[in-house]
Amino acid sequence: MSLKVEECKDVFIFAQQVDNKINNIAYELLGKAKDLAADLGQQVTAVLIGSDVKGLADSLAQYGADRVIVVDDPELKEYRTEPYAHALSSVIEQYKPEIMLIGATAIGRDLGPRVAARIHTGLTADCTQLDIGDFPLNPAPGQEQKKNQLLMTRPAFGGNTIATIACPDFRPQMATVRPGVMQKREADKSAKANVEECKIDFTPNNKYAEILEVVKSVSNVADIADAKILVSGGRGVGSPENFKILEELAEAIGGTVSCSRAVVDSGWKPKEMQVGQTGKTVRPHVYFAIGISGAIQHVAGMEESDIIIAINKDESAPIFDVADYGVVGDLNQIVPELTKQIKEAMAAKA
Amino acid sequence: MKIVVCVKQVPDTKGGVKFKPDGTLDRGAMLAIMNPDDKAGLEAALKIKKENPGTEVTVVTMGLPKADDVLREALAMGADKAVLVTDRVLGGADTWATSQTLAGAIRNLEYDLVITGRQAIDGDTAQVGPQISERLDLPLVSYAEEIKIEGDSVVVKRQFEDRYHMLKVKMPCLITALAELGEDMYMTPGGIFDAYQTEVTVWGRKDLKDVTDDNLGLNGSPTKIAKASDRVAKGAGEKVVPDSPKEAVDYIVGKLAEKHVI
Repeated sequence: MSLKVEECKDVFIFAQQVDNKINNIAYELLGKAKDLAADLGQQVTAVLIGSDVKGLADSLAQYGADRVIVVDDPELKEYRTEPYAHALSSVIEQYKPEIMLIGATAIGRDLGPRVAARIHTGLTADCTQLDIGDFPLNPAPGQEQKKNQLLMTRPAFGGNTIATIACPDFRPQMATVRPGVMQKREADKSAKANVEECKIDFTPNNKYAEILEVVKSVSNVADIADAKILVSGGRGVGSPENFKILEELAEAIGGTVSCSRAVVDSGWKPKEMQVGQTGKTVRPHVYFAIGISGAIQHVAGMEESDIIIAINKDESAPIFDVADYGVVGDLNQIVPELTKQIKEAMAAKA
Repeated sequence: MKIVVCVKQVPDTKGGVKFKPDGTLDRGAMLAIMNPDDKAGLEAALKIKKENPGTEVTVVTMGLPKADDVLREALAMGADKAVLVTDRVLGGADTWATSQTLAGAIRNLEYDLVITGRQAIDGDTAQVGPQISERLDLPLVSYAEEIKIEGDSVVVKRQFEDRYHMLKVKMPCLITALAELGEDMYMTPGGIFDAYQTEVTVWGRKDLKDVTDDNLGLNGSPTKIAKASDRVAKGAGEKVVPDSPKEAVDYIVGKLAEKHVI
């Protein structure tokens, strides 16, 4: 049983919340959904699922949701695949969206495929670009070209290839979207949500997992995806202790320290600090790549940065192929001196 | 108990990605390997087998006939049975159609636990495992970092970005494995010998259970490729080789000032 294409309208987003805090990805999805809805002449709906979450609806309105559908039930307190999949697919069947966007997070990448399989539609994973356009792009003679389709672009093969996917015959057109890629809008602090409560029956069955324990990782690490300036270190930094010189530079310039996969694999820094295909996608104003060779997995996670400055002693390091400003030299000599000069420059300005 | 592990043969990207002179990917020049997350899932299954004598591990793959290679590797590592699902009509499948195919194959097997890798390094979708669980109406736990059998249930450490959950689910269920779940298991000489004595079961379209043609292959895939290309790298900017650290720093500070960062 699947939804009829002509019955579906509006752009929906899954407003992920954890511990009754809206995840940034929800605001990013709203930013993109607003553009898509404008192209289609449709509205944006956020789907908020959880326990005691109604109070979060206004913030979704502030970032662009024309309507917020709330599914509130004690069974939804912590994320679990089955009750969440049941909630989201019930909302989709009842409200019939044209487009359904979900964050490509550890929750969204579990929920999305299960829901898409349940409601019989396609799902495109980890999209980095979404547009409204025609499919096929160049129809063969006699072939119908469908207008106003969601064109979903995603990298594959560790970022080495890029494909644009459509889902012309099924609805909703579903995509998971990489965090950190779409831009959220300025919040309209006065906006109030138009809330619609959706009552769904949750009867636990064998698919409801039992949560024995929730263990949060204790970490004071600032979210690197939010940083305007990132000072990122790779294996070339040499040791966990030597990250101190990067921390000093970050402090001087008002940035945050991040790192490459090699650093996490070596146990020098926690996974939350990792930039790249298997880490986080970042797009800061300035990205310092220090002692990072620039493997394709890393580059896939940072190449959208406005200004990339690379420091590496290996002149042939691939990071220089994406850097706006590349400096071949010894980071141990350059970084401390750079910190000193930046401090002086900042002091002179203040 | 009986465990089914789904594996995929993928091109190896670890040893560097190879390009043709025209800048497109040279897939033929890259080695074909067992997808790393799937291998971790297989290793976890073999560990359960070690701890629970009498456990039977069956590996299933969908692919071209040459995917037989990864099945032989799995047998040499200690899997008991192997099934290759291969048929021209199954080609060009997206995750919807792939999960239909694998579910159609798994319905012919006995299982208490189905394990898949979280994602394959070629497609990176992480969708096939969860979608198989939906087709088979099984509980799903994805992103598993540890698993332990407790009676008729499995206790799983399920990883998120900033936390983990310890979950308990009743078998039969499906689990998708993170690389961390694996523990190196190697092919043994005896295992390699056995791997070539063991017959790999080959199934085609007609062997898939409870699947309709309109859900298979390219035609049965809801998602369609509008265009695909190899990624054109962002162009390089300037690169300088300064004579001294001071010169390097002056250069960087100059650029930061020029861009109004400082």
